[in-house]
Amino acid sequence: MAETPLWEVFIRPRNGLAHKHVGSLHAADAVMALQAARDVYTRRGEGNSVWVVPSVAITASDPDHTDEMFEPTGDKIYRHPTFYEIPEDVGHM
Amino acid sequence: MMHEALLEIADDCLVLGHRLSEWCGHAPMLEEDLALPNMALDLIGVARGLYARAGELEDAGRGEDDLAYFRGEREFRNCLLVERPNEDFAQTMLRQLYFAAFMEPFWRAASASSDEVVHGIAGKAAKEVAYHIRHTGEWVIRMGDGTVESAARMARAVDALHRYTGELFESSPAARAAEAAGVLPVREEMRGDWDRVIGMIFTEARLVLPEDTHMHSGGRAGLHGEDLGHILAEMQSVARAHPGAVW
Repeated sequence: MAETPLWEVFIRPRNGLAHKHVGSLHAADAVMALQAARDVYTRRGEGNSVWVVPSVAITASDPDHTDEMFEPTGDKIYRHPTFYEIPEDVGHM
Repeated sequence: MMHEALLEIADDCLVLGHRLSEWCGHAPMLEEDLALPNMALDLIGVARGLYARAGELEDAGRGEDDLAYFRGEREFRNCLLVERPNEDFAQTMLRQLYFAAFMEPFWRAASASSDEVVHGIAGKAAKEVAYHIRHTGEWVIRMGDGTVESAARMARAVDALHRYTGELFESSPAARAAEAAGVLPVREEMRGDWDRVIGMIFTEARLVLPEDTHMHSGGRAGLHGEDLGHILAEMQSVARAHPGAVW
């Protein structure tokens, strides 16, 4: 099955949550990929919506560029929303 | 009498479920290695519910294990289609499609059953077999309208299996009693839906629906092919070697 395309699978566990990447699989086309995703990744009630995306459609960051891509944010702690207090009556945000 | 009608459908589900389970670890791709046992487990789950209910109605102290593992070949009431060997992927998928295309309208109708347990099983089973139609139908379409090799295998599958489809629509005396009591739907009434679904899929798969096929039957009377004996020998061996064993 070397020529069967690879697909990435995304599942939404519940309404209101985002689809989350859960893995990949091989399938000849989109319809079969969706069925395979259902059969492989939702056997234990993992979700109520499935997306499949051709793996070739995904552009990934280069691991060799990790330093320049992600390290510059390391010292910018002021970006985290931890420098002000939330009034009690706002409750959980 | 009523319990025998439930046994027919339970035996269909158990035998076909066992057939599908034979693919586990041998499917042509990992994805199908999960898809086939998924369908097998749907069927075996339905069989368990029906055996339990049949045992209650029979009222002779037999439970689901007694009915599944301690009846002989002539006592099994499954139709001949479900005991046909897996052969290749084309035959496995077509056998499943033929069966699911019958069971889907059957379970939908059975959700109006006068028997509370059958009513409950039917609601869940109808959704399961609807997916079986979807999954096997897509494979039949792709193989029938695929390569020269896959098209030839699909045509061979039709040639090998179509003769076993007539029995699906036959009601045994036990089934007729259950139908009269409103416990199970009339099998012949599923023909319209079956013809429509199979026709649509065959057209897309560029498969030719055979005409004037001589239909084989006998399973409902316990007259099986030699294949069932082999299935039962394997399926029942553990339970018979260790009667009463539990997990």
